[in-house]
Amino acid sequence: MNQRWLNILGLALVAVIGIAFMILTPRFAELDTVLELTVYMVMAVLALSLALIWGYGGILCFGQSAFFGLGAYAYAIAMFNIGESTVPVLLAIILPAAFAALLGYFMFYGRISDVYLGVITLTVTLILFNAINSTAGPEFHIGTARLGGFNGIPGIPPLNWPGDRTAAVDLEGMFYLAAGSVLVTYFGLRLLLASRFGRIIVGIRENERRAELLGYDPRAYKLATFTIGGALAGFAGCLFANWGSFVSPTIFGLSQSAQIIIWVIVGGRGTLIGPIVGCIGIQWLSTALGANQPTGTDWWAKIFANAPLILGVILIAFVLLVPKGLVPTLGDLGGWLLGLRGRRGAERERFEPEAAE
Amino acid sequence: MAPLLQTRDLSKHFGGVHAVRNVNFTLDEGELRCLIGPNGAGKSTFFKMLTGQLEPSQGQVLFRGQDISSAHAHQIARLGIGIKTQVPNVFDGLSVRENVWLAASRLHRGEKARRLVDEMLERIGLTQVAGRLVGQLAHGQRQWVELGLVLSTDPELILLDEPAAGMTHEEVNKTAELVREINRTKALIVVEHDMQFIRMIAKKVTVFNQGSVLVEDQVENIMRNPLVRDIYLGKQAAAA
Repeated sequence: MNQRWLNILGLALVAVIGIAFMILTPRFAELDTVLELTVYMVMAVLALSLALIWGYGGILCFGQSAFFGLGAYAYAIAMFNIGESTVPVLLAIILPAAFAALLGYFMFYGRISDVYLGVITLTVTLILFNAINSTAGPEFHIGTARLGGFNGIPGIPPLNWPGDRTAAVDLEGMFYLAAGSVLVTYFGLRLLLASRFGRIIVGIRENERRAELLGYDPRAYKLATFTIGGALAGFAGCLFANWGSFVSPTIFGLSQSAQIIIWVIVGGRGTLIGPIVGCIGIQWLSTALGANQPTGTDWWAKIFANAPLILGVILIAFVLLVPKGLVPTLGDLGGWLLGLRGRRGAERERFEPEAAE
Repeated sequence: MAPLLQTRDLSKHFGGVHAVRNVNFTLDEGELRCLIGPNGAGKSTFFKMLTGQLEPSQGQVLFRGQDISSAHAHQIARLGIGIKTQVPNVFDGLSVRENVWLAASRLHRGEKARRLVDEMLERIGLTQVAGRLVGQLAHGQRQWVELGLVLSTDPELILLDEPAAGMTHEEVNKTAELVREINRTKALIVVEHDMQFIRMIAKKVTVFNQGSVLVEDQVENIMRNPLVRDIYLGKQAAAA
């Protein structure tokens, strides 16, 4: 029961902090900070999509950026053709989900091993990068939308309230939308994971063969999980295309796909709050390191000017020293401080004689 | 009445190695059968083919007359064959309760599933440790968890691969008692090395040797069979 109350308390805490953050930020922060925080929120939705499929579904997808990019491009292209954002948003969710379903069908029903699954998903996103990258000529267009190749698609029209194309969402509205999306996604996934479906996918992650021998078809459950992850990443892509009114093929690139995995590793696999924290933390750090490049000629300044180097060191330190990730490690620490470990220890003692027989 | 389970010329080769060779095996409804044989006799491979974990190279498996030779493991489980594997195959990272719930949830939802989980925990004697991670339990207790999983899916036929392995004398007695109790409503095939245990539970015994059925007879005749003594009991005696 203790554990259950802690869970409820945690949920309430996330809700209060999340809602307060969402409401208060635009009132107190400068506009450029709000703009910066908006993209953190967008990426947090993307981080949650991988948190679901890797952290809970056990599917290591190296190409989550493929669905993210497809969502962004689907929104951009549909927006130029339609001009009203309801259908483009839906397309930005449905198209990546359908693509994930198709790809997932061949991977899971073809019984491809976990390692190859990583390779295939990475390859897919790199193929998309190359394909879109080479569509710079005017002959590459879908309807009135030019694909733009390596130049990307600039000037993407913003979202509007459903049905009213004159009511465009402004920068502040975009922040509310992005922060709200993180909250809705977080609580939606919590509900999903507490459901029968969610518990079964965790069972499959823990022991696929056992789940199969109990009569569950792991292929179907993995496919469903992968498709939901694709839909979420696509929606994040749609928000991203809105945020900068711009999308380019780098969205499919190697560094983008690697980043998503790093957020989850640093924040903690098997939690939802961890990848959000990891995503926001790392983005904030990258921005801070990029913005405050120290001037000077001593080697210390040179190292600090090299943001990727510092990020790299932090990541390696995390993988080696905090392999469970930030949030689970802090959770263990908190549990220890609250005396939960003491209770568990007592329990172990009680059962030791039986085990020793 | 058609037999519950039947194999026809069932064979499995891995490259040039014939793990199972032309096995014709029949099990009646409600029967309890023991499988014995030295290591490498093909018992585990045989079980894997019955449960869809391996596809036979040749021959057929019929369950209530239906050919399940190339069915998937989850389909066979749904038809009503459950297996407890040799090394406890459980969800180590989840609690005992969650383990049993996952099994019970295949057939039942909500309150009904929760009640069945409580009953099963009581039956396998693990109510006290319901909240603990299965990976933290002793070997014997993990065996019981897996048995609980299999029973919770309510199969018609249960395959037990060395259920008494690594158990204390007391636990072996308890297991034998449970096997007899299960057999009141379900058919079982039990692979076991412990002859004491076999004597406690079995009527009919099938002896595997080098992938084939060597002999099939009542347990007391098997004990006296010189062939069986040579390949199996003799070896065990020599090893001891």
